[in-house]
Amino acid sequence: MGKQNLSESALDRIEKEHAEWLEEYRKAQKKVPERLSRFSTVSDLEVKQLYTPLDIRDKDFSEEIGFPGKYPYTRGVQSTMYRARHWTMRMFAGLGNADDTNQRFHYLISHGETGLSTAFDFPTLMGYDTCSPLARGECGKCGVAIDTLEDMGRLFANINLEEVTTSMTINPPASVMWAMYIANAEKQGYSRKKLGGTIQNDCLKEFIAQKTLMLPPVPSLRLVTDTVEFGTREVPRWNTISISGYHIREAGATAVQELAFTIHDGITYVEEAMKRGLKVDDFACRLSFFWNSHIDFFEEIAKMRASRRIWARLMKERFGAKDPRSMLMRFHTQTAGCSLTAQEPYNNVVRTTMEGLAAVLGGTQSLHTNSLDEVYMIPSEQAALIALRTQQIIAEETGVTNVIDPLGGSYFIEALTDKMEEEAMAYIRKIDELGGMVAAIERDYPQMEIADAAFHFQRQIEAGEKTVIGVNKYVSERPDLEFVLKIDDEIERNQIERTERFKQNRDKAGFQKAMDALRRRCEGAACWENNVMPALVDAVRAGATEQECCDLYREVFGTYTDPGTF
Amino acid sequence: MANGRKIRILVAKPGLDGHDRGARVVARAFRDAGFEVIYTGCHQTPEQIVSTALQEDVDLIGLSILSGAHRYSFPRIMELLRENNAADIAVVGGGIFPLEDIPMLKECGIKEIFEPGAKLGDIIEWVGKNISAHGDAAPLSS
Repeated sequence: MGKQNLSESALDRIEKEHAEWLEEYRKAQKKVPERLSRFSTVSDLEVKQLYTPLDIRDKDFSEEIGFPGKYPYTRGVQSTMYRARHWTMRMFAGLGNADDTNQRFHYLISHGETGLSTAFDFPTLMGYDTCSPLARGECGKCGVAIDTLEDMGRLFANINLEEVTTSMTINPPASVMWAMYIANAEKQGYSRKKLGGTIQNDCLKEFIAQKTLMLPPVPSLRLVTDTVEFGTREVPRWNTISISGYHIREAGATAVQELAFTIHDGITYVEEAMKRGLKVDDFACRLSFFWNSHIDFFEEIAKMRASRRIWARLMKERFGAKDPRSMLMRFHTQTAGCSLTAQEPYNNVVRTTMEGLAAVLGGTQSLHTNSLDEVYMIPSEQAALIALRTQQIIAEETGVTNVIDPLGGSYFIEALTDKMEEEAMAYIRKIDELGGMVAAIERDYPQMEIADAAFHFQRQIEAGEKTVIGVNKYVSERPDLEFVLKIDDEIERNQIERTERFKQNRDKAGFQKAMDALRRRCEGAACWENNVMPALVDAVRAGATEQECCDLYREVFGTYTDPGTF
Repeated sequence: MANGRKIRILVAKPGLDGHDRGARVVARAFRDAGFEVIYTGCHQTPEQIVSTALQEDVDLIGLSILSGAHRYSFPRIMELLRENNAADIAVVGGGIFPLEDIPMLKECGIKEIFEPGAKLGDIIEWVGKNISAHGDAAPLSS
């Protein structure tokens, strides 16, 4: 008997009928040939014309598919999923200065958004204040400029930080921004024990893909581990890392590469925290993930289902986790920025809808849907509202949230989920053989795998093997959208003045003392007594700017520059 | 290219922008097309880019930027090239630019802007038509 409880005779019959059908298909093909010489996903994974029980004949329902909220969590991390509560609608927002972004936060909340997500500008992401000569021309362009505790206060003005959870996309300077968030919340009278949110804090994928670079890999990992340790002890509701595939995919990776490299980054963080002496079941439940939802509908759903199963198995088998919460892959999803087109931008609403739907059918815990103008600039209010409404329509009108994992059991989805797991595990073993992710990064391995995939995809676009409407088929010109956001160059001058004023007004002795304490911890061996977080909270309270903390990091730990391979 | 040296191109990422997918794809396509390619990697200041272009004696600089900081970095690079008597090095840009910024970029001396959707084939053809290797043919060996 096959594991799906189909008898041998039933399987024999399906096999026979399948062979007959295939013969008819081939005959028909001679009259009307297939449209393409090869059918494959956007990641170029070949797919067959039809899937049947034969493709999942060896599947054990209980071991591999099972029930939502039950190991290996293929069908979802909660038993109730969206029948109890929808995913968190968390729109990535950040523009201009702290006041502009605070206004956008309130706008989104008043239109039904349920969580906040902060986009910082490039100087902030790279650990520079707006006054740095390296920051010229960048202020407020790709997100919000945050230099000081005072900026942080204005960013979250009139928002209840114990009720709303906040995600902050920040990596090398994550510890500093988190310290500012905690210091600001405590200043407003909130308890750190009750703060909920996420810092992205995934330094490894910066070397692999996103390229906000500051320190070399080893000290970067030390700081990440400091935040994991501090969160475990002091801020128990905080997700201290959002282990991110999103940027790996945007850089050109395939779905399998996104899955494998991200999960191996996760393995590395778990190993580092355990080396620090933390018990896996004390911290693993606060690790979260972040996936890209690209345009190939079924591939994305299969990827997300596979991701839960892979992580659960790794946590149980590789790390000996006992607490089921340690095995849960909880993840945020963003629709694929790289799938959007500058040509006929209204079509981006359609793309985002499909990708958002895939994320929901994949069982995401929170979602950002891209705005139609995100291909030009950070979103305008009008376009961001359409994107938020897209999620609300999926959640509340379409009925897709009524049944948990409605595609579970589909021959195709299950076979593709298996394929994703199998191919991702092959990559994970390969990286293990290379000596782990840091060694792999130092050899440029994931970086070049992604570069190859990106180049291959571009070649396919140019050869017409893959279609992007408006770009290589039904080609269209880029229009001038009337509501594209403009960030005034004036914002930069004002921000520089504000930060300079802030620095002049602080107590110099108190500031110096706090910075000295932070330096001692950075220079000391990595352990709880030298954890940077308590000293950082003190330092930002004493008026340290983001860059001053990051400069200290750069001085103590050294810097890392992009090797520029292609 | 038969009796001259190959066209040398510097692909550069000005500013703090980390979006390097396009730059790396284009750099590889240039190399496959037979050009000599130097890629700076991310996070280069205008000063670093111009200094590399001079040291490497390139014929063309291809700037890639998706952060919106082109309004500062592009004119600054053009200014530095003029100051260094290197205005003969052609400069093109690729990435995301508001339509209204394109005339300003052309006026400051950027020869061509390649927008999202630009094909590698078209970019390579543009280089072939508009750029020639300057200076004498480099000896193959000494």
